Amino acid sequence: MLTVSGSPHFHSTQSVSKIMYGVVFSLLPAMVVSFIFFGLAAVLLTLTAVASCMAFEFLIQKYLIRGPMTIFDGSAIITGILLAFNVPSNLPLGLMVIGAAVAIGMGKMTFGGLGKNPFNPALVGRVFLMISFPVQMTTYPEPSVLSTQLTDVVTGPTPLTLLKGGIARGQEISEVMSQMPGYTDLMFGNMGGSMGEVSAIFLLLGGIYMLVRKIITWHIPLAYLGSSALFSAVFWLISPDVYPDPVFHLLTGGLMLGALYMATDYATSPMAPKGMIVFGVGCGLLTIIIRLFGAYPEGVAFSILIMNAFVPLINRGLKPKRFGEEQKNG
Amino acid sequence: MGGVHPPEKKFAEKQSIERLDPPKMVVIPLSQHLGVPAVPVVEKGDQVRCGQLIAKGEAFISAHIHASVSGKVVKIDQVTDTSGYRKMSVVIQVEGDEWEDGIDRDETLIKECSLDAGEIARKIQEMGVVGMGGATFPSHVKMMVPKGKKATHLIINGVECEPCLTADHRLMIEKGEEIMVGITIQMKALGVDKAIIGIENNKPDALAHMKKLAKNYPGISVEALKVKYPQGAEKQLIKALLNREVPSGKLPIEVGCVVHNVGTAFAVYEAVQKNKPLVERVVTVSGSSVGKPSNFLVRIGTPVSALIDAAGGLPDDAGKVINGGPMMGKALNDLEVPVTKGTSGILVFTKKESFRPQEQLCIRCARCLTICPMGLEPYLLAVLADKKRLEECEDEGIMDCMECGSCLYICPSGKPLLDHIRVGKNRVGKMIRERNG
Repeated sequence: MLTVSGSPHFHSTQSVSKIMYGVVFSLLPAMVVSFIFFGLAAVLLTLTAVASCMAFEFLIQKYLIRGPMTIFDGSAIITGILLAFNVPSNLPLGLMVIGAAVAIGMGKMTFGGLGKNPFNPALVGRVFLMISFPVQMTTYPEPSVLSTQLTDVVTGPTPLTLLKGGIARGQEISEVMSQMPGYTDLMFGNMGGSMGEVSAIFLLLGGIYMLVRKIITWHIPLAYLGSSALFSAVFWLISPDVYPDPVFHLLTGGLMLGALYMATDYATSPMAPKGMIVFGVGCGLLTIIIRLFGAYPEGVAFSILIMNAFVPLINRGLKPKRFGEEQKNG
Repeated sequence: MGGVHPPEKKFAEKQSIERLDPPKMVVIPLSQHLGVPAVPVVEKGDQVRCGQLIAKGEAFISAHIHASVSGKVVKIDQVTDTSGYRKMSVVIQVEGDEWEDGIDRDETLIKECSLDAGEIARKIQEMGVVGMGGATFPSHVKMMVPKGKKATHLIINGVECEPCLTADHRLMIEKGEEIMVGITIQMKALGVDKAIIGIENNKPDALAHMKKLAKNYPGISVEALKVKYPQGAEKQLIKALLNREVPSGKLPIEVGCVVHNVGTAFAVYEAVQKNKPLVERVVTVSGSSVGKPSNFLVRIGTPVSALIDAAGGLPDDAGKVINGGPMMGKALNDLEVPVTKGTSGILVFTKKESFRPQEQLCIRCARCLTICPMGLEPYLLAVLADKKRLEECEDEGIMDCMECGSCLYICPSGKPLLDHIRVGKNRVGKMIRERNG
């Protein structure tokens, strides 16, 4: 018996799970670094996040949607890791379970599961926790190499909290900066903050891996990071006494994580390259505005969620250039 | 713009073209070309000779059909062809190998051509030459440039971007000189002084050979092209060679180009210089478990099974047999169907290779959109077509889709994007025809 099917008869070796596990793999360096800086607590928190994300997806698929089992396609694992990366490492595990329920339930499965959700699930979880449990969500432990301590850790402000306080008090930027770790520490992640946000250099390494494997394209990360640098540079050049330089912005908070992993989420970002650039620039602009003038010290999560809401509009307006369209005769 | 890189698997690229003896019986469909089927001029019981006209292409877009063997017409009836549909065909029982008078079967190269443009076009029509790349558009129609348009370039397609296929590749190596003469004749017919042969970089021997030959033929140049599927699609080829974009819904002549395949150039040579109708063609028979991947010169109407037998027989693990290349070819369910003017290859896939990936939810990775050579959004077209939102399909350019299959090839979710788009194209086409009355 011969098989008859429509062309093409070749299929690439790509698959959803290969892509998803590629993303998971690229997150490993940053994960290891945050485990080193934040110790056993970070390990436990990540495991809890991943396990609860998978568990909630399993339960919802089995009892509510009654759809095919999707928990091993890797996407719930990514949501779990990113959710853990987005919270302080000393967050009570119970809160993490709630966050996972919101991320997977409200952020993803409500809309029909993978690929159908308009908002980044991990960010939905993070923002829910942020609004509901502001104290726990903003008590950041100081990094302490290879710590096994789970409670009573030393906590302290993040660079961005220091900055916000400084701006609020009208301090000179040089004074604010003197309370902070140096740029080398910022680059490697030796600072207070959410567990996965801290190591710019290792996140970048993962991002480069994803680019090489063609899991993501350069458009969104470059537009996001580039526009953040540009907009912060404008303020810095106007008033270098009040505003920090662009390098500070790039190395702190969730910008690197957001630009490489959250804004590039397939389902919640535009389809066409032009749209991706507009989306990235929008994220960058909003991030810097929130950081410098908003109520919150950090604006990455909100910026991406706001831009997520514009994606359908962007997809409609910015389409790929069609072959043979608008012939320009020279 | 766009494009994919499927594995090349050109197993038969070193196999010289081998002439296959005529089978016992040939089935010659009357519709082997794009356009109106030809009208038979022989009857059941007639004795025919190889090269004899058996059906006339009377309509503007149609082509003559000739007997590819000598023998007796035993049937003129509906027979299943490679499309899977039953088509009117002339069935000839082979007796000996008698050729029509006036056909020069000698291999000596004849360079000089004294015919003028009109005579060349008529000769091409008389000999039933059609596009050999697969689309089988009657070649003489392309020779007539519409009023108000002017051709500047003849583009010769030696890209052979479909994986597995090697027929054009071998033809360039073995019949390069004849192809050059064929191109010169086509240039004369079109009144152009420039011809460009596009060849992909994965055929360095053919590239070098054709470049060397081109030195002796003024006006003909050879360009190396990046390996990318579908580099050999008409519009993509013009874009790659001349950076001109054929407008949506228009023909290459709109940007001053006429595109022919190298196989067609060879057929033109034989038609004009040798007075030989299109009764045989080169067909690649290949596949990872095929005993002897080959390039055969076969008579039109030979059953596919005879080609597979000549290449070592149908392997035990055969799962799929394809007429054409792996990206655009059609799967066959019956191996007794005949080789036609458009058959470039017969591929045998193993059972393991004959799969469709498991369909999953679209993850909106945008790969289909990035690789679409026409700049369309396959994910969107598939959804719109599925929901029968035909006006939107049309606005989104569904009719520009050439069904190259890149989207279905690349999709990590294994979505049957092209299946939906094909159905949509059909419906939109019908809608447009109804609207235009």
